[in-house]
Amino acid sequence: MYTLRTLPGDDVRQIMWRYADRYDLQMSVQSARGIARTVVAKLVAEGARNTHEWTDQKAELLTAFDQSGLTALFMDPHQGGFIEGPKNLALALAAFELAWVDGGAATCSLATNLALAPIHEKGTPEQRDTYMGQCVPPQPGEDREIRRGAFALTEPLPYIGVDTGVMCGKVRVAEWNDEDPILEVDKRGRFITNMDFANFVTAAVESDDERIKSSCMIILEEEDEGTYDRGAPTLKMVHQLSSTRDPVLKLRVPASRIIGGFEIKDGTIIPKYSHGEIIGSVFHRTRIPVGLMTMAKLISAVEPVIRYHRKRFQGGDAAKEGTPRFDHGIQMNEDALQRLVDVWASGEAGCSLGFAASRLADAFDPIEKAKEKLFEEQGVVGPRKQMMALRKLKDTVQEFVELEHLPESERDAARYQELKDDTLVQFAYMEALAGILNPATKLWCTGVGATVMREAVSLVGGYGITEDCPGFLMQKWTDAQLEATYEGPEAVQRRHMSVTMTSDVFQATVSAWIGQLRRVESDNPGMGAEATASALELWQWTLNHLQNTKDAEGRKLYHNKRQGVTFPMADALGWLLGPYYLILDILELKEKGAMNPVLADGIDDLVAFYMDMANVQAARAAGEAARICTELVYGFANGAPEGVEPFAGLKAKVDAGMAGARLSKDRAGKALSGVMIPEALDYPL
Amino acid sequence: MSNEFHIVVCGSIVPDPLQTLEPVQGAQGPELKNEMMLPAVLDPWAGHALYEAANLAAKNPGSKVWLVSLGPKAKLQQVMMNIAQKVPFELVCADGSASGFTDSFEVATVLAQSIEGIQGLDKSKLLVFGGWQSASRGSGAVMQMLGELLGISEQFQGVDKLTAGDDGSLEIMERIEGGAYQVSACNGTPAVLGWATGELPEPPNNPQVGMQNMRLVMPALQQAKPADVVQGSSLAFAAVELPQQRRETRVVKDMPVEDMAREIVEWLNS
Repeated sequence: MYTLRTLPGDDVRQIMWRYADRYDLQMSVQSARGIARTVVAKLVAEGARNTHEWTDQKAELLTAFDQSGLTALFMDPHQGGFIEGPKNLALALAAFELAWVDGGAATCSLATNLALAPIHEKGTPEQRDTYMGQCVPPQPGEDREIRRGAFALTEPLPYIGVDTGVMCGKVRVAEWNDEDPILEVDKRGRFITNMDFANFVTAAVESDDERIKSSCMIILEEEDEGTYDRGAPTLKMVHQLSSTRDPVLKLRVPASRIIGGFEIKDGTIIPKYSHGEIIGSVFHRTRIPVGLMTMAKLISAVEPVIRYHRKRFQGGDAAKEGTPRFDHGIQMNEDALQRLVDVWASGEAGCSLGFAASRLADAFDPIEKAKEKLFEEQGVVGPRKQMMALRKLKDTVQEFVELEHLPESERDAARYQELKDDTLVQFAYMEALAGILNPATKLWCTGVGATVMREAVSLVGGYGITEDCPGFLMQKWTDAQLEATYEGPEAVQRRHMSVTMTSDVFQATVSAWIGQLRRVESDNPGMGAEATASALELWQWTLNHLQNTKDAEGRKLYHNKRQGVTFPMADALGWLLGPYYLILDILELKEKGAMNPVLADGIDDLVAFYMDMANVQAARAAGEAARICTELVYGFANGAPEGVEPFAGLKAKVDAGMAGARLSKDRAGKALSGVMIPEALDYPL
Repeated sequence: MSNEFHIVVCGSIVPDPLQTLEPVQGAQGPELKNEMMLPAVLDPWAGHALYEAANLAAKNPGSKVWLVSLGPKAKLQQVMMNIAQKVPFELVCADGSASGFTDSFEVATVLAQSIEGIQGLDKSKLLVFGGWQSASRGSGAVMQMLGELLGISEQFQGVDKLTAGDDGSLEIMERIEGGAYQVSACNGTPAVLGWATGELPEPPNNPQVGMQNMRLVMPALQQAKPADVVQGSSLAFAAVELPQQRRETRVVKDMPVEDMAREIVEWLNS
């Protein structure tokens, strides 16, 4: 039996989330943590969340972000930032640290970056350097105000939600000239973050003039001629540490503010990018930090719950000092410990998935740019031609997928390197994977995370819904509901996955994962690899079955419009991704932790605990996925369906794969009863 | 006219004060339970000294700051992720225990050797800064011994303010009994200053400074020489234990400050 000595610290996280050798990221983590556990915690404790209005008290957050360096995190060094290259992992880590205390503060930190993201992704070099440079705090010797932005999407009044096909913003020509026509923009926003103090807005608008083609995103500034009305505050009941209003904007701006630029052809302004293209590239990445914000809530709940459980009977006549009841409180009972293991394991699995998605996004950014350049050189222009060119590479990409998931000793190193260096192969593989991991992080982490957070609150009993509850658990639970709707409600993520998860490249990846997990199981039994592998196998068989089968009424089962089939399959996959990436992270911890002077001493115990948590989570995930698959395979038939004999065999393997999962939970729960926690909370009430 | 100072700040890490500290008997003497797994912070007194040093260096172009640390290098690395963003400095690291269960003289010896080994250090411009006390074990003796080992006899303890004159002279305000200060005039460097809290707040983070610092901090940590201040010491601990103190906290909302003050006075008098 192992012992869990302390709660995992930075050394563990840096290895598992793969930033042990990135001191720029470690610095960012420390900065964000410093603010979260001082300024942010103080604001929450003082009741700053009790008003919808943006107050001077809340504005302390902006100063703290500026002074800590977080405001500059999104920028490149020549714009005043400090990290060169992609910053998805950096932003995810910062959001995680802030959301450890308050999700609204994390949103507030990310919101200016979201406003800048369209400019960053698709803006002209001049637009990029101008606006990014204005948003970093002034350097010594500079005399200027820092500017902040807001991102106004297509939310139609009166409801909110991200439906990019429904547009409420209009743009028309106010004054024509061939150089830089003056446009009139009419945009009513809803639920716009940062709007209380934003100096500029990046707004999605569609043409209301035959001299402007299609739609675009455009930059509006508060100094522009016309109405820049910040509107009424949104009466939201959560995330009150982020400013949210419903602005009314009616402004005259030059066409050079169109993000990405434009050309004039036959008297028509043709924006280089439609609003949909820009939003697509922005949301591709920004969904990930939001998923991780919810996961931070789960892991941050562990310590306060342990503290509450242990001290439950202290201070009254319920227990005498020195008795087990006094020392261990509710932790004398198995249930409290094991339910907390469930909460913790869910948080770990979600984090492993989310940070894997962040790392992939960082790797994908330069590959995507290289692909664009290569296709441009080859004259392969337009999405359709590019898709056809990539489709020809299908077999080669699948060959790479297989090699990628083989142990180093078993693969053809030369061929692997050749394919690793091939921009198009890498693009095709990463695009297929990102098309799953990004929406899945958002879907599972916020959706299931909100439900699991309810468990965490219930573990603190009635105290959990009081203002005195340590860790602000009640606020975190309700905040999670809003996070589940950010950047597209759950249906948007399910829709996205239902399209991307059927791709050949991703299916080849799932097959490779199954093989990889089976090898892990033989070398490292007891961490849920077999249950996860079997559940993935069952999911893959089910997907194939649904795509080739009709229901009892003769209707096709897996169809674009049949969300009662496609969406649950996305949910099932979401469950399985967490344990897969958690297992990989634990293997990394096992290997690298042994070489870390801080961790080496207790690494075996720590890894054993993590393996047990993975086993617990894998069993839960496999069970959920198997239930969904069973409902879909059997639920559309009248009586016993035909041709499903292999399903029963595969499902039996899933059940058998859960061997030992409950023993793992016993051990992990027992370990929790002995873990040392700090004398005081890591942030105050 | 400005002066050039070579300022060496001696400071190490201490366990995060929020953690439970439990002394245990290790193979080489007393140590803290799970010491290597406890999160650490820069000793607050060393922090004051470092920020004062950076401020003095910024006001006097050509000056330079080194931070000399005796501590486990893996833990130092984590603390530096935060500290390196505050002010510019160059780290000199000796890899050894910072537990507090160390002999002041042994620590002073390691620090003196580390300082002597700094390339390009001009002793005629040297100011040795450090904490007057330490959060790990406040013997208040290390800085004096270090000064003696370096041959610096101008020493000041409990410093809250240092003013450098144009002629290189130093005016130093030291804490003495009863909340009073002693102001001393010193002709110039070299000198040893054990800082109290100083007068400066913690500087805001500047990640660009952090990136510059870390480029030198990482190699310094990798090249840190082992310093055995425990096994090689003649110091023996007969017993170590935490002070027997119990925190009795009540959560009372909206209590008038007068009532709070009265309760504290009653508690002090009891």
